[in-house]
Amino acid sequence: MSEIADKVKKIVVEHLGVEESKVTPEASFIDDLGADSLDTVELVMAFEEAFSVEIPEDAAEKIATVKDAIDYIEKQKAA
Amino acid sequence: MGIVSPLGLGLEHNWSRLIAGESGIGRIASFDPSDLPAHVAGEVPAGPTEAGCLTLSDWVPVKDQKKMDRFIHLGLVAATEAVEDSGWKPESEEDRCRTGVMIGSGIGGLQTIYDASVTVHEGRARRLSPFFIPSALINLVSGHVSIKYGFKGPNHSVVTACASGVHAIGDASRLIMLGDADVMVAGGAEAAVCPLGIAGFSSARALSTAFNAEPEKASRPWDRDRDGFVMGEGAGIVVLEEYEHAKARGAKIYGEIIGYGMSGDAYHITAPAEGHEGAYRAMQAAVRSAGIAPSDIGYVNAHGTSTMADDLELQAVERLFGDAASQVAMSSTKSAIGHLLGAAGAVEAIFSILAIRDNVAPPTLNLDNPSTESAIDRVAHEAQRRKIDIALSNSFGFGGTNASIIVRGV
Repeated sequence: MSEIADKVKKIVVEHLGVEESKVTPEASFIDDLGADSLDTVELVMAFEEAFSVEIPEDAAEKIATVKDAIDYIEKQKAA
Repeated sequence: MGIVSPLGLGLEHNWSRLIAGESGIGRIASFDPSDLPAHVAGEVPAGPTEAGCLTLSDWVPVKDQKKMDRFIHLGLVAATEAVEDSGWKPESEEDRCRTGVMIGSGIGGLQTIYDASVTVHEGRARRLSPFFIPSALINLVSGHVSIKYGFKGPNHSVVTACASGVHAIGDASRLIMLGDADVMVAGGAEAAVCPLGIAGFSSARALSTAFNAEPEKASRPWDRDRDGFVMGEGAGIVVLEEYEHAKARGAKIYGEIIGYGMSGDAYHITAPAEGHEGAYRAMQAAVRSAGIAPSDIGYVNAHGTSTMADDLELQAVERLFGDAASQVAMSSTKSAIGHLLGAAGAVEAIFSILAIRDNVAPPTLNLDNPSTESAIDRVAHEAQRRKIDIALSNSFGFGGTNASIIVRGV
């Protein structure tokens, strides 16, 4: 797993208070990890802070799963 | 009923320590108060639950803690104890809709507002937590309690500074009388022992500063050496229930609210009027609504904050009781826990009910030399056994708001 993926997973575990094993790439923040809409806003902010990236609102709305987050951040970092 | 206070966690633990004459006041531990004029406060002791201390994760899941200011944490702790103690677990939708919540606070999420202000000031407004607003809002204690237990009745809150706790319980009892609910979870929660809170009340010259080296002596209602109040934090919550409803389900009934009175001073933003005539009128209204004579009251839990206003309240109580003044005991439990602001009235109403249950008047600590003589026994230093059938509890707030509540054993 990439360094980015590791860090994303860690942030998700910390912010949503879920077991690490549940944070699979396919896991949906809202459907599988018990987040509500405010949790996802906070999560996106935590990603922005941790990776020094800007995630505009329209992009944030499309980040529904752990993999979505990892892919988006990896793309930003590669650019 | 449920209490979390500087004396610790839990109703009976608080009560036994209070009656034993113990103090919950100490040097401020949650931050370094050295730069501020006042160094003492009553803070809820952290530690293991079984030792009567607070381990927050036993009460609020870690992931939810950051979504709430500390006053909400403390409100949830006391509400949980109160609801479990009441045994009220509404199963039907109708029963849930007939159960409401009215928990007040004087100040709300002050530390949360401070932290958020710093974030914005640093140009990081886009980093502000989405939980900032719901963490700081005063009515969110009521909100969280309703969500936790599924209570779908009236969801309300009270903000009347240091009278919030009594107003919440009094108003909630009126909602039951008016038929809006059968059961109301009511009380107050406060956690303003933070740099902004201490600095703000210090600036208003309201806090004690002369006993920084001897914290336990700082809260000394009616004593000639008192020099301001000591801030405390905590929460007091009761479950109020329509009498026949409670009887029908065989509920444990601690007591009955028989009187409630309110008034406004229309005088000054922080100082009470001459002779505390607003307090007199609130007590008078409570006595009238209870349909009793003042002489029926065996114990008064005073507002008694350890400020100059103590003697004005004393005058008002003397005026209310007249010739019966020598028959009544009056104490200020703020001498042991400090002034819990918006939670004070709720915690003190609970102490008043326990005073009736156990026929004991809790003490006024540090009352070494009363500044004014009075026929009223102010229960200096040690608790007193005495027959108490009816008790009155006073709370007054900035803005000139006064509330009195009268309770009776069942």
